[in-house]
Amino acid sequence: MAHTHSDNNVRTIWLVFFLLLIVTTVEVVLGIIKPEFMLNFDIIGMHLLNWTFIILTLVKAYYIVMYFMHLKYEQKNLKWVISLPSVILIPYLMFILLVEGNYINGVLM
Amino acid sequence: MATEATLNTRANGLWDGGNQPLGASYGKLMMWFFLISDALTFSGFLTAYGLMRFKYPETWPVADEVFTHFPFVSGEFPLLYVALMTFILIMSSVTMVLAVDAGHKMQKSKVVFWLGLTVIGGFIFLGSQAWEWYHFIVGDKGAYELNNGTVVYFHSPEEGRLSLTQLIHPEQTGHGHGHHPEYTTEEVMSAFQANENLTVRIPGLGEDENNMISRSEALSLMDGGQVVQGANMTRNEYGRPLFANFFFFITGFHGFHVFSGVLINLIVFINVLGGTYERRGHYEMVEKVGLYWHFVDLVWVFVFTFFYLV
Repeated sequence: MAHTHSDNNVRTIWLVFFLLLIVTTVEVVLGIIKPEFMLNFDIIGMHLLNWTFIILTLVKAYYIVMYFMHLKYEQKNLKWVISLPSVILIPYLMFILLVEGNYINGVLM
Repeated sequence: MATEATLNTRANGLWDGGNQPLGASYGKLMMWFFLISDALTFSGFLTAYGLMRFKYPETWPVADEVFTHFPFVSGEFPLLYVALMTFILIMSSVTMVLAVDAGHKMQKSKVVFWLGLTVIGGFIFLGSQAWEWYHFIVGDKGAYELNNGTVVYFHSPEEGRLSLTQLIHPEQTGHGHGHHPEYTTEEVMSAFQANENLTVRIPGLGEDENNMISRSEALSLMDGGQVVQGANMTRNEYGRPLFANFFFFITGFHGFHVFSGVLINLIVFINVLGGTYERRGHYEMVEKVGLYWHFVDLVWVFVFTFFYLV
């Protein structure tokens, strides 16, 4: 697969790297400071700080898969074959286990 | 029914054989399928960790109290070492993409340069993880396991969390790094009994009053307990055994993937140097191992979030 915009590629790669660097820095800073207002605000049983971490991690995952693993430039059906099962199975597994963990915690108390 | 189609002729339909229905070669497609299965494996591990962690939310050790160390420097730097490790792995992912890009342009010397940096980055990450394990196993401040199995930290109203050294030798200032003397149960108990102000705290983010144990209760529970320093297969000084179990299991599995990735990268690197892919006419092998390497980075991003941040 020949890329006609080869220098643009390298530029894109470094841009994505800086994005990942900034997002990681934000995550680490938040993880150290743990601002109070984020810890107190709850959305569906998890506080805002944790939601922020998870959403930022998903943002990083998106950019790594799309740009570093080149999925953005692949054929459409390959994109679906890879992303759709993962997007269904992984959140479903997470949902089951986190809800059950919470339930067990409630029962144990 | 293409009865006349042979291996050499292209059949009509997308799925009739002889072409690439998903636009990727066999090797690349199989690598993607393997990565999806491995992603599900790691999801299983991480959600098992999430189940256990949220079963005990108030008493699970707090990551930025446990991981505060930095090599060659004494002092508390919560989460900074693991942030450095994340940076190293992301950096090696970038060098990998640049190697793949150079491969597309058939620029052998650039592939050698960027892939070489990726291999070095991988080795640095492995070394860093090994140091992290070493420090985790040797231990930091030390704790005490009560007779009911709960691991507790010592606490003073002036200084907050006390290390065992500070408990037994309060006259010594500064936390000496590099030597961790083994303390006996008797030393710890008599030092605790001697100072009326000291209390005992269960690890975790629970409300202070809930996680503190009163002095009288602590004294009765300490009888028959033991000192815990570092981490091993049965107990650890950070909190409940599950914490150390999951730490070793998940970072171990990830580290093993990094290790195999570095080895595979090294083999491909040697092949690039030897001109194998120049002769072949394409650098797709670099792309395939690049996919594996990015997967390893991706897993680390999730492990970092779920183990150290959440």
